[in-house]
Amino acid sequence: MIQDFGTDGVIFLARGLMWTLGLSVATFLCGGILGLIFALGRSLGPRWIRLPIATYIELVQATPLLIVVFLSFYGLPFFGLYLPPLAAASLALTLYATAFLADIWRGCIEAVPRTQWEASEALGLSGPETLRHVIMPQAIRISLGPTVGFMVQIVKNTSVTALIGFVELTRAGQLLNNQTFQPFHVFITVALMYFAICYPMSLWSEKLKEKRNVDSTAH
Amino acid sequence: MSTALHIEGLKKYFGAHEVLKGVDLEVASGDVIAVIGRSGSGKSTMLRCINGLEPFQQGRIRIAGHVLGEGPQNLRVLRTEVGMVFQSYNLFPHLTVAENITLAPRVVRKLPRARHDELVDKVLSRVGLLDKKHAYPDELSGGQQQRVAIARSLAMEPRVMLFDEVTSALDPELTGEVLKAIQELAETGMTMVLVTHEMGFARQVATKTVFMHHGRVWESGPSEEIFGNPQTDELRAFIEPNLK
Ligand SMILES: Nc1ncnc2c1ncn2[C@@H]1O[C@H](COP(=O)(O)OP(=O)(O)O)[C@@H](O)[C@H]1O
Ligand SMILES: [Mg+2]
Repeated sequence: MIQDFGTDGVIFLARGLMWTLGLSVATFLCGGILGLIFALGRSLGPRWIRLPIATYIELVQATPLLIVVFLSFYGLPFFGLYLPPLAAASLALTLYATAFLADIWRGCIEAVPRTQWEASEALGLSGPETLRHVIMPQAIRISLGPTVGFMVQIVKNTSVTALIGFVELTRAGQLLNNQTFQPFHVFITVALMYFAICYPMSLWSEKLKEKRNVDSTAH
Repeated sequence: MSTALHIEGLKKYFGAHEVLKGVDLEVASGDVIAVIGRSGSGKSTMLRCINGLEPFQQGRIRIAGHVLGEGPQNLRVLRTEVGMVFQSYNLFPHLTVAENITLAPRVVRKLPRARHDELVDKVLSRVGLLDKKHAYPDELSGGQQQRVAIARSLAMEPRVMLFDEVTSALDPELTGEVLKAIQELAETGMTMVLVTHEMGFARQVATKTVFMHHGRVWESGPSEEIFGNPQTDELRAFIEPNLK
């Protein structure tokens, strides 16, 4: 059935956008929790914890996201595990976000000078107390800009899950185009929807990074 | 006078590099000890061993009733008795002056909030910075930051204070205010060990001066004698250019 691209089409895309956002939020939450644990293990853990985490980060960062998505969807059934597109997409994106967030946050924890640990421990604070009251508050401030920047990457990269048939914004655009044959109208609308979400976040990320630079040079 | 700090045969290696080669030092309560010596002679390492920031391989350190060097230590308790002030201040940049001061008393000592103001006022008045309570470290000059670092240390009511070249990072016109704060602290009877390049200050304020050379206490004695009548060539060579 060929129909014109109109209000119905926009509503259909908006529903796809909701899935994009839902998948992004889920990815950020799951990847964030695991990423934090990995970041702490990577920067503060003993060698036998640091090494496997470092390997995981390197491995995922060197693999195209699409391949991780394909592995979750087409590869896991090989081991008898059949995931529906939504679950496979969430799993793949979480694996991906965990690696990148762990790496970003490890850098932020290590960016807090060694002397802050010493000053705190010299005052009698334990390691975990130092982490909680001295190191993390500073690391979090450092991390805000890059973290929001990576959230933009997550939103854009959810689009690769279209290739396993998960109907998020990009896949919704493809489906609509197949019905309307108005690719320019459809995909410009899709692009504008991504832009409306990503651009403000990019601006916000830049602002946070700038603020941090001002903070660290102020004297 | 009772002994506040007693170091016996302290040896410390970084890998194969022997940095402290058997240091002995006795400090009585109320003593102000200046530690002088060339860069790399092991002064900082000795201070860091005293409050447990560096482990060491041989010897014993007795400080404020604790013994380091005989099995596992309760470093946490030790560190609340020994204050340390660093060359680079190391204030916590995300906390105000008052919060810098109360962090350790609050977390380690569980000091109730109602007593925080009183504590902040008490230690800040000792370094003359009562008006900076609500400032952040980056709003202060280097000299003020270092005085806050001293106040932060005092808030834990240490029995011994260690100072590691606390004026070396400061512009010359700012060293005076920090030295004054230290001198006033000395006059209250605080036991102190201070590594310093300020020879005039060491001579004037320290009851005893220790000259370290190649990881050893090369020469030590009353400051007047160390500066007025040095016994070894190494000490003479070290202080002569400084006294000019
Ligand atoms: N963390 C470290 N690792 C390896 N060597 C160190 C370390 N800290 C200090 N050293 C070495 O120990 C020696 C004494 O250093 P230090 O105690 O800092 O001397 P000072 O404070 O008298 O200048 C120097 O040779 C220095 O290079
Ligand atoms: Mg030194």
